Amino acid sequence: MVKLKPMSEGMVRIPSGCAISGMFSRNGKRFSGEDIIKSIEIMHDRSNGLGGGFAAYGIYPEFKEYYAFHIFFDDIEAQRRCEAFLDKHFEIAHSSEIPTRHVANITEQPLIWRYFVLPFTSHYISKMDEREYVAQCVFTINSDYKGCFVFSSGKNLGVFKGVGYPEDIARFYMLEDYYGYCFTAHGRYPTNTPGWWGGAHPFSLLDYTVIHNGEISSYDANRRAIEMYGYKCALLTDTEVIAYIIDYLHRKKGLTMQESAWVIAAPFWQTIERMPEQDRALHQYLRMAFSALLINGPFSIIVGFENGIMALNDRLKLRSMVVGEKDDMVYIASEESAIRIIAPVLDKIYAPMGGEPFIATLNGTEDGYGSI
Amino acid sequence: MGVYDFFPEYEVVRNDTTCVNCRVCERQCANGVHSYHPEITPARLLADSTQCVDCQRCVLLCPTKSLKIVQSNNTYKLNNNWTKKEINEIITQASTGGVLLSSMGNPEPYPIYFDKITINASQVTNPSIDPLREPMETRVYLGSKPEKLTRGPDGKLQSNLGPHLALAMPMLFSAMSYGSISYNAHESLARASEELGIFYNTGEGGLHENFYRYGKNTIVQVASGRFGVHKDYLYAGAAIEIKMGQGAKPGIGGHLPGKKIVDDISRTRMTPEGSDAISPAPHHDIYSIEDLSQLVYSLKETTAYTKPVIVKIAAVHNVAAIASGIARSGADIIALDGFRGGTGAAPTRIRDNVGIPIELALAAVDTRLRQEGIRERVGIIAGGGIRSSADIVKAVALGADAVYLGTAALLALGCHLCRACQTGKCNWGIATQEPDLVKRLNPNVGYKRLVNLMRAWQHEIMEIMGGMGINSIESLKGNRLMLRGVGLNETELGVLGLKHAGE
Amino acid sequence: MRRIYVNEEWCLGCHLCEYYCAFAQTGGASMALALKDKQINPRIHIEDAEKYDSKGAEVHFAVSCRHCVEPYCVKGCITGALSIKDGVIQIDQEKCIGCYTCVLSCPYGCVAPADDGKVMQKCELCLNTTSGEPQCAKNCPNAAIVYEDRG
Repeated sequence: MVKLKPMSEGMVRIPSGCAISGMFSRNGKRFSGEDIIKSIEIMHDRSNGLGGGFAAYGIYPEFKEYYAFHIFFDDIEAQRRCEAFLDKHFEIAHSSEIPTRHVANITEQPLIWRYFVLPFTSHYISKMDEREYVAQCVFTINSDYKGCFVFSSGKNLGVFKGVGYPEDIARFYMLEDYYGYCFTAHGRYPTNTPGWWGGAHPFSLLDYTVIHNGEISSYDANRRAIEMYGYKCALLTDTEVIAYIIDYLHRKKGLTMQESAWVIAAPFWQTIERMPEQDRALHQYLRMAFSALLINGPFSIIVGFENGIMALNDRLKLRSMVVGEKDDMVYIASEESAIRIIAPVLDKIYAPMGGEPFIATLNGTEDGYGSI
Repeated sequence: MGVYDFFPEYEVVRNDTTCVNCRVCERQCANGVHSYHPEITPARLLADSTQCVDCQRCVLLCPTKSLKIVQSNNTYKLNNNWTKKEINEIITQASTGGVLLSSMGNPEPYPIYFDKITINASQVTNPSIDPLREPMETRVYLGSKPEKLTRGPDGKLQSNLGPHLALAMPMLFSAMSYGSISYNAHESLARASEELGIFYNTGEGGLHENFYRYGKNTIVQVASGRFGVHKDYLYAGAAIEIKMGQGAKPGIGGHLPGKKIVDDISRTRMTPEGSDAISPAPHHDIYSIEDLSQLVYSLKETTAYTKPVIVKIAAVHNVAAIASGIARSGADIIALDGFRGGTGAAPTRIRDNVGIPIELALAAVDTRLRQEGIRERVGIIAGGGIRSSADIVKAVALGADAVYLGTAALLALGCHLCRACQTGKCNWGIATQEPDLVKRLNPNVGYKRLVNLMRAWQHEIMEIMGGMGINSIESLKGNRLMLRGVGLNETELGVLGLKHAGE
Repeated sequence: MRRIYVNEEWCLGCHLCEYYCAFAQTGGASMALALKDKQINPRIHIEDAEKYDSKGAEVHFAVSCRHCVEPYCVKGCITGALSIKDGVIQIDQEKCIGCYTCVLSCPYGCVAPADDGKVMQKCELCLNTTSGEPQCAKNCPNAAIVYEDRG
């Protein structure tokens, strides 16, 4: 279980505003984390130093078959207990402390380690698929192991986050030394003082990472629905719920990312009624079947997944978000400036409509996960 | 008034200075309270308060506002244990030897949890939404959600949804039979439902042949007496409701006196004219949950799985467990009826002492079904004590998909809750079958008033939702964080699943 | 144009229309002051039939001027007291000499003597009262009397 300080994540619900940025190479070309740092740094005013974080895809090619667990520990004792759990459930290919450098503004950091693991097949083979097993192990550590928090658990990707301004967090983790084909970044502006590293974005489960700007008014409707499907929302944050909803729809239900977006930010009924027959039937079905997973209230999110990236606004577009494209590169940010600073000349730049997902995948692959 | 009687609890007070002897009070009182006396000088109208039920008909029709009904200040020696009510009931029963009868909902001073719950609104971090400028969705689909998705060979999702009810707003008119209420009341409900895109419910009285045309907006009920049930009837409605219980009288059947079984009503109910229509307390083919499941599937087979089946139960102590059983029985929708729910006639002791509040029952059921992972298998309709759009918002946030409105609908039609339905002499033309009284409810007026009320509430719901930054009712459903308790104890908050205000 | 229409299906025979009509003619502020201890002489009358309709309810019927397009009363009026103004049949009591021709010629019995019996009175849709709209329709509790435009 996570260590809870007074008024920290998991005890109260903390509304927040934020900055988000993401960049993605459709060709899978790897580039340094330097760009994403610059991009999020220019939106400094959209954060207040109480949380920043990054997701980086394609950074661990040497361990790309392994689940890369990034874990916060409160102390050595917690780490010892957690490692015992990992030993029992996984083959650990490699483990190390995540390299950091001293940054003046970053304090009170926990122990930060990473483990490249593969689950023991015999543990799950007759009961569930591999991903489900890994996800359940993550849930178990996060809910039952005091002082331990797995904040990244996907393959060939890593989440780096903490309390501080995002650019300071990036320097702390030496993000510029990582090379990936996709980066997302988040600067947080909570209205309260959470002061807990696990509460920063991105929120991640398996290959999914979510960064989010907004405050969803459907929170408890979504939370209670998703908990019914076996998820445990420990942090009381919107982002956690959104991440689980995406995991549920995309991984467990087998919807494509596009279809998942239509559930999360469903078109208004009046729009659905004007659609051609086939589309109308599909949208009506999705809204009726997953009514509890409609996300209401202002949000802009960037979702990283196995082979792509999705950006989505709430259906009224109550949060700013622009998309820029240049050659094979895709840029998404809360503000245009955060794109222009990296790529001053773009092929195109536009603001997607509310509820209309922007999806880019590696080499144009499908955005669906497996089959139903 | 004899020696074993009591002074009327309500007195008719007439202002003789302003009364112009138009005699409308006399003409319009079915209880014969008012009488005109030209033999005295000056000629005067007199009132017999012993007959008055305080229905307010004369008060409101009096063109010079010369009438009012007041609570009598005749008093027994004050006693907090033996109240006037208790004493009078004993006097009555000692005279009659009978069960006390009353109607409409439980009027006793139990806590009203809706009044101890407040609603949230957005400030700063989340903009509120103006329903006059932005879309605001109140449409609800009631029915069972699929557990698995299927894709066709083309990879497209295939619709595997069972039958659903589509409601333009999260309200339905609850079951009130033709017999317990009048033809004109039914016509008003049917026409209003059609115009609003919602549903009314036949209750256990069958469906009058003239109302088959409103079938798309009708829920047909199958209750323990099976009155009026036949194949065409089942097919006529948009959904079928199995009535297991009623909030006003859990565990009790129904009794429509023979004198109300006249003509059309006898034909519609398929019972002989003049003979009492008695609905048994239980369904005699349902003594347990597996029997219920058989009836659910019998009805589904009969209607070729084209209609959702609702199972309506009274809110009683173990309602959550019962609802869980129903959710697994094949039913598509569960209707919960709280102990404030109305009735055309019920034994007073039952009405006032049996069952639990809908707020607690609803919260318990929603929580239990979620714990068991089967909340999506059924829609939940909550009824019995919903008085306003704010109550609806609270009910939906507690976990209801929609609400049943009975008493509120009757109030819109003119009812003033005199709670004398069982006499069959409703002065407002609602709970009566006397042609002269039935005529008093003009459905052209009645349906419009129902439409007005529902539209007003819909608008209020939209405003409240907009204030919370929610633009679709499904994001309100079960969203208990939008509610806070005020002045509730830990247990109550626990059952309701709410935080206290300030938390 | 808007006229008064009555519908016996919904008429309860409460006679309120008669009182509101009588009161409207007085132009007073209070019905109690205007009508207390007075015999009223309204321009609308309720017929209470000793009959029952198909549903078994007593039949009542409000009788009020229909403002005929070709009214016999106006045709027969020898002084020109009755006239049609904007579709409304009105009476100028200054010109009326109380010959009763109109009373005899109206097939509906909607023209009748005023209180003094010397001049006639009839419904003028409350155009000449301070109330502005027909009070019988406005105060009918069951919409059995309506004031509407049916073309």
